[in-house]
Amino acid sequence: MAAQEFPVEAGHIMMFARAVGDPNPVYADPEYAASTEVGGVVAPPTFVAAAAQFDPDYPMRPKIGLPWFGSGRTPTGTPDRQRSGGGTGLHAEQHYEYLQPLRPGDRLTVRSREGETWTKTGRRGGSLTFKESITEYLDESGTVVLRARGVVVRTEHPVQDGN
Amino acid sequence: MPLKLADLTPGSTHSAVVVEDLTRTQLIQYCGASGDYNPLHSDEIFATQVAGYPGIFAHGMLTMGMAARMLTDYVGDGRLLSFGGRFKAQVWPGDRLTASATVTGLRADDSAADFSVSVQNESGVSVFEGYASARVDR
Repeated sequence: MAAQEFPVEAGHIMMFARAVGDPNPVYADPEYAASTEVGGVVAPPTFVAAAAQFDPDYPMRPKIGLPWFGSGRTPTGTPDRQRSGGGTGLHAEQHYEYLQPLRPGDRLTVRSREGETWTKTGRRGGSLTFKESITEYLDESGTVVLRARGVVVRTEHPVQDGN
Repeated sequence: MPLKLADLTPGSTHSAVVVEDLTRTQLIQYCGASGDYNPLHSDEIFATQVAGYPGIFAHGMLTMGMAARMLTDYVGDGRLLSFGGRFKAQVWPGDRLTASATVTGLRADDSAADFSVSVQNESGVSVFEGYASARVDR
């Protein structure tokens, strides 16, 4: 069980919309957005993925002063933990349920818990271990505004898909 | 322009090209915006020499974020009730992706529509398969 804060910020929404290639001005122009049905800037549907920015322990962000597993002087900064040809964790599924739009200025609380774990033998990556996590985003009154369920799969080998 | 229930027919499909030529720079842009700096998506040397992939590839969530643009352009802002699915195949730099929503059901009682959602690359390979539902006008 982990809880963290997720402040929803206007500049962050703008950058996120740019990154997914969405030019809709409802994500960046408060005047335009005020004239639309939603009545103001809202976050795009997958924006809660960016709550990772506010997770102090998020493993996919380099930590200041600590070795990082990506390349620098050598192909990986953590050779003990990363062996060539090793398996990797990949995102298998993501599900969202939208209860209220997210808006700049919202201060959300993120509550995550582990769901089920299961294994199967895949065609592409050998033995596969799936882990589910369930996350709720709550507003300041404690009302759930968005529910998310994600599944990550860990593979034995790099995934081969013929590309 | 928000959708109207009367304008929707089960089986009808809306499609949009959501990226014409996916660049490595856009993967880096998504790393910065999302906060997910996994070297599989940002570091060609790590992805090839350490992880054993042919190169860096897109975050599944970038594909889903691009598909979300097709959905909100189609159903209107703030109208999605749900959106989810499975990542079926990797998305690589250079890919051209087309996202589609097909009407699977209309719910007159609560003014909502259900869709299947699919994202395909230029070879017709499905990279994401899922669903969405949205509030629509009567």
